[in-house]
Amino acid sequence: MKHPGLINSIKDNEKDLFEWSETNFLKVKKIIEKYPSGRKQSAVIPLLDLAQRQNKGWLNKKALEKVAETLSMSFIRVLEVATFYSMFNLKPIGKNYIQICRTTPCWLRGSDKLLNIAKEVTGCSLGETSKDKRFTVVEVECLGACCNAPMVQINDDYFEDLNEDNFKRLLINLKDDKEISKGSQIGRLSSNPKRKN
Amino acid sequence: MLKKEDKIFKNLYGEDDWSLTGALKRGIWNNTKDLISMGSDNIIDEIKKSDLRGRGGAGFPAGLKWSFMPKDSGKPHYLIVNADESEPGTCKDREILRNDPHLLLEGCLIAGFAMHAHTCYIYIRGEYYNESSNLQKAIDEAYKSNLLGKNACGTNWDFDIFLHRGAGAYICGEETALLESLEGKKGQPRLKPPFPAGSGLYGCPSTVTNVETIAVAPTILRRGANWFSSLGNPKNTGTKIFSISGHVNNPCNVEEEMGIPLKKLIETHAGGVIGGWDNLLAVIPGGASVPLIPKSICDTVKMDFDSLKEAQSGLGTAAVIVMNKSTDIVEAIARLSHFYKHESCGQCTPCREGTGWMYRMMSKMINGNIENDDIDKLLDVTKQIEGHTICALGDAAAWPIQGLIRHFRSEVERRINENISKREVA
Repeated sequence: MKHPGLINSIKDNEKDLFEWSETNFLKVKKIIEKYPSGRKQSAVIPLLDLAQRQNKGWLNKKALEKVAETLSMSFIRVLEVATFYSMFNLKPIGKNYIQICRTTPCWLRGSDKLLNIAKEVTGCSLGETSKDKRFTVVEVECLGACCNAPMVQINDDYFEDLNEDNFKRLLINLKDDKEISKGSQIGRLSSNPKRKN
Repeated sequence: MLKKEDKIFKNLYGEDDWSLTGALKRGIWNNTKDLISMGSDNIIDEIKKSDLRGRGGAGFPAGLKWSFMPKDSGKPHYLIVNADESEPGTCKDREILRNDPHLLLEGCLIAGFAMHAHTCYIYIRGEYYNESSNLQKAIDEAYKSNLLGKNACGTNWDFDIFLHRGAGAYICGEETALLESLEGKKGQPRLKPPFPAGSGLYGCPSTVTNVETIAVAPTILRRGANWFSSLGNPKNTGTKIFSISGHVNNPCNVEEEMGIPLKKLIETHAGGVIGGWDNLLAVIPGGASVPLIPKSICDTVKMDFDSLKEAQSGLGTAAVIVMNKSTDIVEAIARLSHFYKHESCGQCTPCREGTGWMYRMMSKMINGNIENDDIDKLLDVTKQIEGHTICALGDAAAWPIQGLIRHFRSEVERRINENISKREVA
């Protein structure tokens, strides 16, 4: 499986280092406080997310070890979680992580065409990162925005009500470092049946 | 059609301000203290009387579920809100979370109080990043205005709400998998019993409940159980958010009365089927897990738990996936099989192995590249998975295929025969 979130092997490079940044160290403390004392392990998902954000979108062995150390967990328990959940990437990804929803509601409205466009514009094949490290293209399962199908998630944001034209434009703008706006690409407010004029 | 004044979700599309200022204008957090002063038993009785059924898919009576929480267990009690919305077709909770988060928070306080819980965790799917940031802002606002925290809303009840983001696993929408995940483990469902109300999060009494169920509770208490149960049909009461997606002219979320005829729902709110009603092929009426229904049933069926059950399907999450005659119905279901293969947690053998096998079979079926007796073999495998796993994911993977074969067997056979004759020519 090429999806960076669905592989089970971890990368370990002696040169890798991972220490919490100063701001993230404070965030770690706040996150752990959400859970009862003695239940620090509950913070493993939020901490892996934080570590992944700090480490350019993926987790190497050193980052996983840091999370284990912070929560006094054994390494294998952290690894188990990191491999189970698809949002944790165990290999590097590009700057723009393009996740195309492939499940039936999006497919009915043309998600397979979006995949072809993403491949064409970014030059990535499915599951791969472009040579310039600016794009990674993957297919994902239902992202829960079915009334705005087809849709794509790029990094943290949803881009909805896509078609071949507006998706192509969106990606080209992204490539040219132009500003793109998240949400509906046809000017709808949430999932309102009426369009804004 | 549901009257405007009977709508519970007044800001479903985010036309108004979602923050506390906007929420207060819509009447949220108004007289919450009075509602709490009804007392735990009366709150639960009122919810019971309203016949509210859980909005997360199973449709279990909400008041009854709340009443399972022990009165005095000596342990902390937890309310856990399931905002891990990942059932394909479903995107209703997302609108509540981002456009009316205070409606949910007020519901949490009331439901939490009724269950003797001082702590609530909202488990939101990790992909809903922007939704979770809205919700977190709403939580912060509520704390600042003393609506949450110590002596929440002046009720003498301490109540904390914490947001917990998941990380992309459909199975964590199953209540016990959610608890495992919240405890910092792989999301693999637990055997029941013990049920969460006895031994849930950290071994303490817990109730896991859907966003929409909690969000409607304050309005039920304000307007009374009789008002709520006057909407819809007996045992299928109230309003419901329907997510209409697929081949319709205007896909949308819409709040409607329970029991609205499917045809009316699609034609009134979603602008009708693309190509007209006669171009309809089939509908999946309740999210990916329920069997599809062909047009002949869609013509008359009503959208509620019991009517759809009678039609051998289910209301599920009320996510209506519409497919018109341009659809390759086998591929539509094969894609769902891929979904379940991907999302199976791997704990129980029938599901772990079965979902993969079913997907491989389904993907061959798209081109008719199987034998005629494989249809019955596939059906048999679905029956062997169904009911033989810890959680309902096995059932959910089996039902769409059963629905396909039940209603479109002739189409599958046509493809097989076409493929056989092609092979013979070659």
